Amino acid sequence: MSAASNVNPPVVFTQDELGWVSWIDPLPEAELTERHFAGLVDRSRSKSEYFRLLVRDPEVLEARTKTDKDIFYNVADGLPRAERELAAAATSRYNGCIYCASVHARFASTYSKRRDDVQRLLDEGVGADLGERWNAVVKASVALAATPIAFGPDNIDELRRAGLDDAEIVDVINGASFFNWANRLMLSLGEPSK
Amino acid sequence: MDTKDIIDTLAGIEPGSSLDAIRGRRLQARDNAQKSYLSLFEPIDAGDFALAERAAVALFVIGLHREPTMAGFYRAKLAATADGARLVEAVDAEIARGETSGPYGAFPAGPLSVENKAGLIYRVSAERKPDLGDRLVAALEHAHLLVFRPRDAAAADMKALLAAGWSNTGIVTFSQLVAFLSFQVRTVTGLRVLGASLGRTANAAAGT
Repeated sequence: MSAASNVNPPVVFTQDELGWVSWIDPLPEAELTERHFAGLVDRSRSKSEYFRLLVRDPEVLEARTKTDKDIFYNVADGLPRAERELAAAATSRYNGCIYCASVHARFASTYSKRRDDVQRLLDEGVGADLGERWNAVVKASVALAATPIAFGPDNIDELRRAGLDDAEIVDVINGASFFNWANRLMLSLGEPSK
Repeated sequence: MDTKDIIDTLAGIEPGSSLDAIRGRRLQARDNAQKSYLSLFEPIDAGDFALAERAAVALFVIGLHREPTMAGFYRAKLAATADGARLVEAVDAEIARGETSGPYGAFPAGPLSVENKAGLIYRVSAERKPDLGDRLVAALEHAHLLVFRPRDAAAADMKALLAAGWSNTGIVTFSQLVAFLSFQVRTVTGLRVLGASLGRTANAAAGT
């Protein structure tokens, strides 16, 4: 087990940069092989404790990383990046992942220039009134995060009324769904540290 | 890829449909969601996490989501896995015992504590422990935590898995499997709901 004595866990949602400390042993950098670097996709990720932990299963990490990148970074068409990040931040706020929420709230602020609205999502929670379009994205993300899943035709109608077309709605579904994957890894394999 | 896309299959997306075309605009995401599925369920090396264990955990996780089509898929997978068929009845019985609504759990002590929400702390029933064995007992209990109350996770939960015979690498793959399924079931549900609404819109446009 990793020593956790130097961890200073945040107790509120924040847009500040946080660290993350693993509860089980990541692979040491010196032991990484080409198979591991293929799993990391970006070689620089070998500096991250989180990715050196996930790279214990390189094939799964590689596929997960490429899924993530296309859902969030492929902005040739579809939903603006800011709203994909909003879906990720709202999902993380609702599931309770302070680390994931910090990263994606920052991205949502950067791409939307609506830092105060993003902060209200963090401070007030997923019921914060952020205007029709953002409310529809947050509500759809929350409905998808519930177990059993509560996402239904009303969510689709709301997203359409807010101006999203079918391809943009698929980006909301992908982005919110993906964070139900990410949140569970970050929450259960280690913890954030200020 | 020669295996049919699993999300398309489970969501009922037909080749040439409008949803097929939309998914085609995120080809890397579609291909790699498929590769994620294949690397979890048809791995190069199942040494740290046996195939029957993978299918048993998958049935449990999807069963807890009360998603009958997908649960049927993973139940059939477990039944078809060597050493898996004998587990189907026990896992189904544990799903029934574990059903609840999430997410719930506690935040770190402080201002967020007012949002703490209590709920079921699931433990495998004593009578089914011998059928499932120590590793799967620990896995189902941790999978239930991951599904419904991931914010409750603590370092002690890792110790419980290690004590039950899970390796560090096995824990990583097991956590990925539960987390991936949490993504897959939501993508499938979301696309299915959107697909049904397209049918509705088409009918409305045609005046039917």
